[in-house]
Amino acid sequence: MIGANESGKTTICNIIRGFVPELYKGELTGEILIKGKPISDYNIGELATIIGYSFQNPFTQLSGVKETVYEEIAYGMENIGVSRTEMMTKVDELVDIFQLNDLIDKNPYQLSGGQKQRVAIASIIALDPDIIILDEPTSQLDPKSSEDIFNILHLLKKQGKTIILVEHKVDLLAEYCDEILLMDQGQLVMTGPTQEVLSNPSVLEYGGQLPQIALYYIKKAQENNTELPKTVPLTIREVSESLSKDGDM
Amino acid sequence: MAYLSLRNVSYTYENGYEAIQNVNADFELGESVAIIGQNGAGKTTTVKLMNKLLTPTKGEIFIDGISTKETTTAKIAKKVGYVFQNPDDQIFQDTIYKEIAFGPKYQKLDNKVVEERVNVAAEICGLTDALSEHPYNLPYSKRKFITIAAVLAMDPKVIILDEPTAGQDRESIERLGNMIKDLSEQNKTVITITHDMEFVVREFNRVIVFADKQKRRDASPMEIFWDEQLLTFSHLKQPYICQLATILGYKDVLTIEDLLERERGKNEAYNN
Repeated sequence: MIGANESGKTTICNIIRGFVPELYKGELTGEILIKGKPISDYNIGELATIIGYSFQNPFTQLSGVKETVYEEIAYGMENIGVSRTEMMTKVDELVDIFQLNDLIDKNPYQLSGGQKQRVAIASIIALDPDIIILDEPTSQLDPKSSEDIFNILHLLKKQGKTIILVEHKVDLLAEYCDEILLMDQGQLVMTGPTQEVLSNPSVLEYGGQLPQIALYYIKKAQENNTELPKTVPLTIREVSESLSKDGDM
Repeated sequence: MAYLSLRNVSYTYENGYEAIQNVNADFELGESVAIIGQNGAGKTTTVKLMNKLLTPTKGEIFIDGISTKETTTAKIAKKVGYVFQNPDDQIFQDTIYKEIAFGPKYQKLDNKVVEERVNVAAEICGLTDALSEHPYNLPYSKRKFITIAAVLAMDPKVIILDEPTAGQDRESIERLGNMIKDLSEQNKTVITITHDMEFVVREFNRVIVFADKQKRRDASPMEIFWDEQLLTFSHLKQPYICQLATILGYKDVLTIEDLLERERGKNEAYNN
């Protein structure tokens, strides 16, 4: 999900998660159905096991009651009564995936912004939800760690999880996502396959961003007064592929 | 001596964690400098030393010729302003106006001057219409601008921004870019930590690379982003356009505009 700040992305996430109108007051019309059942028919604890939610600001995500990273990751599982052995296996697994081995004994509040963000996401995945909503999960991360997170999301997708991602890093979205939703001023203004949406110059008019590679081909077409290629490459991989296919672009 | 000078600076936290080793760097007035590097490389520690939120374990930092060891954090605040990575570490007033006005008021400036300072800073940060609101009514991205305005209102010579582009949309990133240019024209020094390599390429002529607790390079974006060895060592990536240029057979390109210009050059040569 992309779009300018304050276009409604976080609000939609909060609605899907069932925080509106229970926690954040307001008037809500329409319905969200999960597995065919309106979310208002679920209790909030039940929803928590189906939907994992990571807040925009990792600094607010941490429980504040746990003194080590290891315990922080286990905290959600403790709350829903997972057995101790199962819990430890799961935490070890996540520590590996998220490369947190050197940090497990540290206090979560002593971590850097990027490290906190990784711990926050690991704690959600610990609960093994079907749907994972991540509100700007890589905002505090360096490029390499951002890519690591996207790789983890790719693994989760392969396990059959549904992932809804709010993110400004369109270059990474181009590589990893199936579909893009574009929000503008509280409305969903464009939806479709990633290839289609992220090569459409109108995204810019709605305050969204396009991948650098797509922008290059759009500007090149404008400058030469030519039509855009039928399929605009969005990533380096796509450029290489089309080069080896056509010889030249 | 440069306005801000780091001499053989090392810092070890109380728990024994050594965050930076032997860093040397000089910053002149009017310069804008980006600091890049992996999470945990020592970037934030380095800038916190520049306004005496931390004091070097070894080495010294001079601001306007005075060592930070021989002055107070309050005195330094007039010269070096630091915008925290997490806005919520910085915000504590109940209106945006009060938050921005806190610094200049603390400097015991005339009410009129304070008001003027708040209005100018709010304008730069796009907050003019929101001054009477509670800071927490605004989203994270805007709260970051509140903290920037609060620092600008103190009118320091050096402004340090810690990851200002995190979570910002295109319009806000452009606002930041323009702000950095304006500040630099006003002869201010702007030091910015960022992970956004496209932003670095567009807005900065000087880039410092941190890796594994040390300063590894201090050079132009062109020198840094085409030094494969340095990028690999520092776990950094070339901006996407550099990668594209490589595939298309060009070198020493940083932006879309650079690349288009190269292609124009090639076409002209071909046509002649």
